[in-house]
Amino acid sequence: MPNMKPKIKIKDFNFYYGASQVLKRISMDIQPTHVTAIIGPSGCGKSTLLRCLNRMNDLIPSSRPEGKIEIDGQDINAPSIDVVDLRKRVGMVFQKPNPFPKSIFDNVAYGLRVNGIKDNRLIEKRVEASLKGSALWEEAKDRLKENALNLSGGQQQRLCVARALAIEPEVLLMDEPASALDPIATAKIEELIVELKKKYTIVIVTHNMQQAARISDSTAFLMQGDLVEYGKTSDIFTKPKQKMTEEYITGRFG
Amino acid sequence: MNKRRLKEKLIEWLFFVNGMIAVLVLVGIFILLVRNAFPGFKEVSFWEFLTTSRWNPDAYDKETYGFLAMLASTGMTTIGSLLIAVPLGVGTAAYLSDVASHRVREIAKPLIEILAGIPSVVIGFLGIVLVGPVLAKLTGTYNGLNAINGSILLAVMALPTIVSLSEDALNSVPRSYEEASLALGANKWQTVIKVKIPAAASGIIAACMLGMGRAIGETMTVLMATGNAPDFPQNLLSSVKTMTATIAIELGETAYFSTHFYMLFTVGLVLFIITFFINLISDIIFHKHMKMLK
Repeated sequence: MPNMKPKIKIKDFNFYYGASQVLKRISMDIQPTHVTAIIGPSGCGKSTLLRCLNRMNDLIPSSRPEGKIEIDGQDINAPSIDVVDLRKRVGMVFQKPNPFPKSIFDNVAYGLRVNGIKDNRLIEKRVEASLKGSALWEEAKDRLKENALNLSGGQQQRLCVARALAIEPEVLLMDEPASALDPIATAKIEELIVELKKKYTIVIVTHNMQQAARISDSTAFLMQGDLVEYGKTSDIFTKPKQKMTEEYITGRFG
Repeated sequence: MNKRRLKEKLIEWLFFVNGMIAVLVLVGIFILLVRNAFPGFKEVSFWEFLTTSRWNPDAYDKETYGFLAMLASTGMTTIGSLLIAVPLGVGTAAYLSDVASHRVREIAKPLIEILAGIPSVVIGFLGIVLVGPVLAKLTGTYNGLNAINGSILLAVMALPTIVSLSEDALNSVPRSYEEASLALGANKWQTVIKVKIPAAASGIIAACMLGMGRAIGETMTVLMATGNAPDFPQNLLSSVKTMTATIAIELGETAYFSTHFYMLFTVGLVLFIITFFINLISDIIFHKHMKMLK
């Protein structure tokens, strides 16, 4: 792994839903302008870990984090941290495309407006830039006023990426962003991710090991809440250190 | 085997009859209203009924049956009640569904639903002894029995319907919308107002229309609290006599099969048609809402 200053530092991190512990002493450093993939069988905690990075788990009653997650050296679970500010810095794209039932334009503008931007010229500029950034501009520029739900699934997902980009985050979290898409739309999203990592720190949860191998620089393998192995993607997929990792990536289980 | 089949058939048939009874009763009411409404127009012109406002069935020389004053009275109390109940009800629903803690919700929601069970005569009583005197003092009127008093009480009565159904509508909004909004750095209130209420709009409109149906059809409360002056209302402080109150007060004291009797049925028929369409429209909107969310 190249020796950059890590963007995100996770240190001895535990996470509980009520009494059950779903993440066990996770420690890993996530590099900036890098794609980091988290893989593992269903229920291993990979989505939970991702959602800890922008504190989406706050919504779940009786859930509890323990240990440290630092972004740029700042503990994101510290009481002084405003979760709204955190989420502006750490954007998220969900598993199922979830555009609001509003126009394409209003979807992208939403994050700007709730963050108090009123200047319409600035909003228009950012909407255009974000849609270009998510490679949707050419398809959408003539139908910005149309309801976003009229877009195809793949287009909807790229709209959700644009929506996340509009507020200019530093980190982009993606929770199986292509799992509800067909192969062509998936290929487009993957291209997009590779393009986006030039500017953003990307953490992606995926079920699809080929996908992780294709697009990520580092891969973390999680199993039952344990971080089994974490390293360069090329190493994990060609010469895994752990037997369990090897069995998983060769399809012995999972 | 055969016996079981027979039993199945019997049960099926029983439910069919049950279902049909409800439909038959509805049709029966409609026919009864229509049959008793039309003979009145032998003596009274339909035009007079629709376009004049003087309702004076006890006049010494010529009885008049103008319908506009009571239509305006019903309209005024109903719209007044909605102006109070809709913002309050939707706000309460938003609070309960998105802001209140689990405990608060578990206590508050049943309490609000109990409000629906208070007999209308009790609410009317409160109108006379509580709301009336307060209004009289605030506005300098004689007794505070007027349109605004009725509106306040009807708002209280429509509130449980509006809160309960609006909260259901807000809860049926997919969680993914809420997550998307929060992940973009919106706070709870922004999420409710800008994403959830628009997404639940049709359900909330249906809830408000059902509340409106309740307010239009309510009788005892308005009868007790609005003063029942038969004149065309001038403003919200006028004493008014609604369609429902007119029927309730007058039908018991009128001769069967007189013109007055028939004209009261006409008022009832109009009321039936109004509430029927309000319920129908709110039902259609609600089903559209449910379909959209799938």
